[in-house]
Amino acid sequence: MYDFTSFVDAISGYLQATFSGFWAGVVSMLLLGMVILMFYAFLGLFLVYAERKICARMQNRIGPNRVGPMGLFQTIADLIKLLLKELIYIRNADSFLFNIAPFIVIVASIMAIGSIPFAKGLQAIDLNIGVLYILAISSMGVIGILIAGWASNSKYSVIGAMRSGAQVISYELSVGLALLCMIVFAGSMQLSEIIVSQEDGWWIFKGHIPALIAFVIYLVAGTAETNRGPFDLVEAESELTAGFHTEYSGIKFAFFFLAEYMNMFIIAAIATTIFLGGWLPFHLYNLEGFNRIMDFVPPIFWFFGKTAFVVYLMMWFKWTFPRLRIDQLLTLEWKYLLPLNLMNLLVIAFLTLMQWHF
Amino acid sequence: MEETILDYDLKEKEEYIINMGPQHPSTHGVLRLELCLQGEKVKYLIPHCGYIHRGIEKMSEKLSYPQLLHLTDRMDYLSAHINNEAVSLCVENAMEVEVSDRVKYIRTIMAELNRVASHQLWWSAFGMDLGALTTFFYGLRDREKVLDIFEETTGSRLIQSYIIPGGLMNDIHPNFQKRVTEFIKYFRKKLPEYDELLTGNVIFRERTKGIGVLSKADAISYGVTGPSGRASGFHCDIRKIEPYSAYKWVNFEEITYTDGDTYHRYLVRMKEMWESLSIIEQLIDNIPEGETMLELKAIKAPKGDYYQRVETARGELGVYIISDGGPQPARIKYRSPNFSNLFVLDMLSRGHKIADLVAISGSLDLIIPDIDR
Repeated sequence: MYDFTSFVDAISGYLQATFSGFWAGVVSMLLLGMVILMFYAFLGLFLVYAERKICARMQNRIGPNRVGPMGLFQTIADLIKLLLKELIYIRNADSFLFNIAPFIVIVASIMAIGSIPFAKGLQAIDLNIGVLYILAISSMGVIGILIAGWASNSKYSVIGAMRSGAQVISYELSVGLALLCMIVFAGSMQLSEIIVSQEDGWWIFKGHIPALIAFVIYLVAGTAETNRGPFDLVEAESELTAGFHTEYSGIKFAFFFLAEYMNMFIIAAIATTIFLGGWLPFHLYNLEGFNRIMDFVPPIFWFFGKTAFVVYLMMWFKWTFPRLRIDQLLTLEWKYLLPLNLMNLLVIAFLTLMQWHF
Repeated sequence: MEETILDYDLKEKEEYIINMGPQHPSTHGVLRLELCLQGEKVKYLIPHCGYIHRGIEKMSEKLSYPQLLHLTDRMDYLSAHINNEAVSLCVENAMEVEVSDRVKYIRTIMAELNRVASHQLWWSAFGMDLGALTTFFYGLRDREKVLDIFEETTGSRLIQSYIIPGGLMNDIHPNFQKRVTEFIKYFRKKLPEYDELLTGNVIFRERTKGIGVLSKADAISYGVTGPSGRASGFHCDIRKIEPYSAYKWVNFEEITYTDGDTYHRYLVRMKEMWESLSIIEQLIDNIPEGETMLELKAIKAPKGDYYQRVETARGELGVYIISDGGPQPARIKYRSPNFSNLFVLDMLSRGHKIADLVAISGSLDLIIPDIDR
C-alpha cells in the first residue's frame, strides 16, 4: 500500500531540524494553509468544468470547448473575467456584512477540507472527533448565506436567506443522524479510525440494508444541505432570480459559487470516508489475486474516484429533477427522513449489539 | 383588480410588496407582476401589462391587408402561421372567395406544425420554471427540426408570413412531405422521453397536482380558452366548433380534462402534441393538386364588419375587421387568448406559494407580446 506517512514525516523532520520549535510549527501551518488553498482553488475550477461537461452531456449539448483542449481552461478564463468585473455596492445595504458574507461561506468549507483524509497519512489534522468537527464546520456556511441575504437589502435575497435557514438547519439533522448510524457501526468518531474499521469491507456492504438506507438519506440530506438541485430553493433562479446572491457581482459572486462546489465535494468526501471505505481499495472476499491488483492502485486515486462518483450522483440529481417547493422540502425532512433515520439508528444499534454485521 | 400601486393598505404586519418582473426569468417576457406576499404565500397579485406596447392594431389601420399581415406574426410569435391564417381567412370571408383544397391542406399542416413547435417550447420553458433545466434543451432540440421544415418552405424560422389572403406565399418545398413524415416518426419516439423526464417524476407531480385550480365556470366567465380552458372541461376548441381550413376532413379528438389544475393543463398540451401529429399524418400524404394563390385583382374588403376566429396554440384568436371598402381596414381588433388567460393568474395563485405562482403562470403558457399589442 502506498503510504504518505513517511513523506509527511520527512517534511516535518526537515522543518524541525531547520527551525526552532515554535517557528517550525508556524512554517508548517503556513505551508499547510497554502497547500489547502491551492488545492481548494484547483478543485473548485475543476468541479465547475466537470459540472458543465456532465450537464452538457445530459442535455445534448457540447459544453465548454473553446478555451484550451476540450475547453479545459474555460473555467480559468471565467475566473479571470470574474476577477475583472466591477464589484457593485448596494445603496442602503449593510456594507460590512455584505462584504464579509462570501468569506464566511468560503472559510467554513476551507476548514472542513482540513480534516478530510485524502490518503493514508495525507490529512491536515486527524481530530478524535472528526465527524463532529466536520458537521459543525460545514453547517457554518449557512450563516454566511443568511448574512448575505439579509445584508443585500433586497426582498428576493431575504426570501432566499430565510429558505436557506429553514432548509439547512432541518437537513443538518438528517446528515448528522445518518452519520451517527455509521459511527455506531464503526465505534469511533475519528475519521482515520473509521477508515481502518472498513479494511475488511466497506460499511455500505458490511452494514446490510440499514447502511444502505443511511447512505441514501445522507445523500439526499447532503444534497439539500449544499443547496443543490432539486433542493436549490435558496437560489431558485426561476422564482427568486438568484436568491441570496442576487445582488453580488464579480469575484464575490464567484466565492459563493466556489463554496457551493466545494461543499458538494466535502459532502461527497465524507460519504466516501464513512460509507465507501475512504482511500481503501475495493476488495472481494476470498479473491487474493483480484485484491492484489486492486492494491496496486494508489489510495489517493481510490479516494478521488469514489468522491467523483458521489459528486456525479449529485450532479445527476440536479440535472434531472424539477425543484421542490419549500413546504414539500420540509415535509420530506420532518415527516419522512427524520423518523426513518431514527428507526434506522435503532436497528443499527441492535445489529451492532448482536454483532450481526460482518 | 381595484388596487393600484399607490394605495396599498397592508392589512397585516407580515405582508410586503414585491415586484416580479418586468425582467424576471419566469414572467416569460416583459410582464410585471406586483405581488403582495405574506411570508412566501401570495395574498394577491396585480399584473401590469403595457411594457412592450407596440400599437399593432393602430398601425394596421394605415396598412393594406397584405402589409398588416406581417405585423400579426409578431403578436403571438409562437403561433405565427395561425395568426396569419386568422387574418387571411377573415379577409377571404370578406371578399367572398374560397381558396383551393391544396391551400387548405397546407395551411392546416403548417398550423399544426406550428402548434407542435409552440407546445415544445412551452414544455421546455415549463420544465425550466419548475427548475428542471434539462427539459429546455430537450424541447429545443426537437423544435429545431420543425423550424428547419419551416425554413425550407417559408424562408424564415420564427415569423413566417407564409399564409396570405388568397392563398400561400409560394408552394411547398419538394422535400416538405418527406421531411414532415420523417419528423412525425422522430417525434413520436421522443414524446415518451418527455414523459419519462417530467410527467412521471414524483417531484413534478407533487409540484403540479391540485395547484391553481380553475373551475369550469371561471374558465368560461374569464374567457380562458385553449389548452388552459380545456383542462377545466371547457369545450372551446375552435377547430371543432367552427371547423376552418381542412379541419372538417380530419379525425382528431378535442383533449379535455376536468380538474383544471396545473397538472391537467400540462397533460392537455402533452396530448395535443400527439393529436397534432395525427392530424398532420392524415393530411401530409394526400395534399391535392391545385393552385396555391388565387388570381385576385386587388385585396379589398367590401364595406361591412367581419369576424373570424381560429385556434392558436394558446386559445381562441379572433380577428374583427371593420372595413369602409378600401384596401386598408377602417378598424381592426384582435381578441387574443393570452390577455384573458393572464387575468386568471391572480385568482389561481391566491394562497399558494411563490414557487406555485411560477408553475401556474408557466402552465398558462403566456406570450406577453400578444397581450401588449
